[in-house]
Amino acid sequence: MELYTKTAHELHELLQTKQISSAELTADIFSRIDAVEDKIGAYITVTRDKAVVDAKAVDEKISRGETIQPLEGIPCAVKDNICTKGIKTTCASKILENFVPPYDATAYGKLAAQNPVLVGKANLDEFAMGGSTENSGFHVTRNPHNLDCVPGGSSGGSAAAVAACEAVFALGSDTGGSIRQPASFCGVVGLKPTYGRVSRYGLVAYASSLDQIGPITRDVTDCALVMNAIAGRDEMDSTSTAADVPDFTKSLVADVKGLRIGLPKEYFVKGIDADVEAAVRSAAKKFEQLGAQVTEISLPHTDYAISTYYLIAPAEAATNLERYDGVSYGARVDGADVVEMMTNTRTEKFGAEVKRRIMIGNYALSAGYYDAYYLKALKVRTLIQKDFVDAFKTVDLILAPTAPTAAFKIGEMVSDPLKMYLQDVCTVPLNLAGLPGISIPCGVTKNKLPIGFQLIGKALDEATILRAAYTYEQA
Amino acid sequence: MKVTDQDIKTVASLSRLRIRPDESAEVTAQLDKFLTYVENLQAIDTSHIEPTTYALPMQNVFRADEVKPSLERTLALSNAPLSEDGYFKVPRVLEESA
Repeated sequence: MELYTKTAHELHELLQTKQISSAELTADIFSRIDAVEDKIGAYITVTRDKAVVDAKAVDEKISRGETIQPLEGIPCAVKDNICTKGIKTTCASKILENFVPPYDATAYGKLAAQNPVLVGKANLDEFAMGGSTENSGFHVTRNPHNLDCVPGGSSGGSAAAVAACEAVFALGSDTGGSIRQPASFCGVVGLKPTYGRVSRYGLVAYASSLDQIGPITRDVTDCALVMNAIAGRDEMDSTSTAADVPDFTKSLVADVKGLRIGLPKEYFVKGIDADVEAAVRSAAKKFEQLGAQVTEISLPHTDYAISTYYLIAPAEAATNLERYDGVSYGARVDGADVVEMMTNTRTEKFGAEVKRRIMIGNYALSAGYYDAYYLKALKVRTLIQKDFVDAFKTVDLILAPTAPTAAFKIGEMVSDPLKMYLQDVCTVPLNLAGLPGISIPCGVTKNKLPIGFQLIGKALDEATILRAAYTYEQA
Repeated sequence: MKVTDQDIKTVASLSRLRIRPDESAEVTAQLDKFLTYVENLQAIDTSHIEPTTYALPMQNVFRADEVKPSLERTLALSNAPLSEDGYFKVPRVLEESA
């Protein structure tokens, strides 16, 4: 039975009414993994034995007549930069190749409390640095819609696993677009929550003021269900917000009448693919037909977002990645003294893009350049954030492309890091401003590659994003 | 070129990374291209703008100062490349005195 194509909420009904068992569903997902994983490469680690045991436990609960939670018994993937106690968490880096976390990330722990069935840890760009998953220290992941193309990144394994039906849903992380862009490239739903909405405790740090964990799912309903599982204040992360967490499924209402939606003219940039522009504008038209008011708006500092992001994120990364020193955990390459040991370890075990960002970050933070680069970027960040505050005085949501193009060819951009950075123009502003954003599929290009559009909301207003996304999806 | 060989050497040393001589030209060129691109920020007058380090307005998050159990020593050491007698083991840091 092809259960693996179904959504979590459909499967939940089938499980609860005993039409299927979790063991059956899990076996079905593994048969799918056996059939396609060689081609896709979505996973770094597959946790088959644990999955079989966990599925059986859920089935026993159901057979005792107990009510199960919405994600209970549903097979899922978790990005391999999210710590899972006792299960290898590599961050797709040689430096953490054998790292087995002694604790769970809070977001994973909260999800695990619903007893989903973890099927594996998903591939990513090393330390989540990249937009194509080509920077993984282990292998590339291929786009299920076209194996010659990238799945996007850095949560490329998570998005490809969901799109290729190797998992029903997944957790990803988003520092500059790493949930939304791969969701767009793979034709699935991906939500970056408001900064602070989901605890970062146990998420391997890349850029701490920007990182956020979120769901990658088949539809908006599943997205709300995963958000219900993972959101909330955590004492272990002082930047997690104490704001009330709504029941996100309450937002699954098909109604956008009177909703004010802004189209930022700066996001329809020079170089945007014509098919992408047409699909996103047609999504905006559809919202109009559904009763929303769509107007053009301006976010005047958008042009500066790439520079701002690529100074701030590497500066934070250079600092965060100081911990990989060959001492307390991770790989060690011996040297004559402690400095040589650290230098050998880092030189041999970090990949090229990680080293590049560490170098950029330390350059921007170093004496003589701090004011001109890092501090300047922090000030422009204020202006980028203010653009959104001003825009949200007249609109409730902002609609934009998720990325300027659909998935590109594997290898097409690797020789030009700056060109790859420029791909992030539509996603990084939200991270800088801390705002939530969702990517929703809206058609395909002439080459049959998925296109996504992005809905951007006010801080802590995932509810309006989900309502609009649901309305679009159901129409 | 904004970036000199000496800059690359200094930043690599701060980063505890070694740039091989045959990589140096490419690393320099890439950093230079990047720094030329981010020059666009200099066009904005930010003289009266405060920096933003975190997007949400959060300051001084306190919690009660209570003793709680922490990670067990064996677990904390379980990923160490080298440990001995309950400690992390590193190569010699100080020279032996004569």
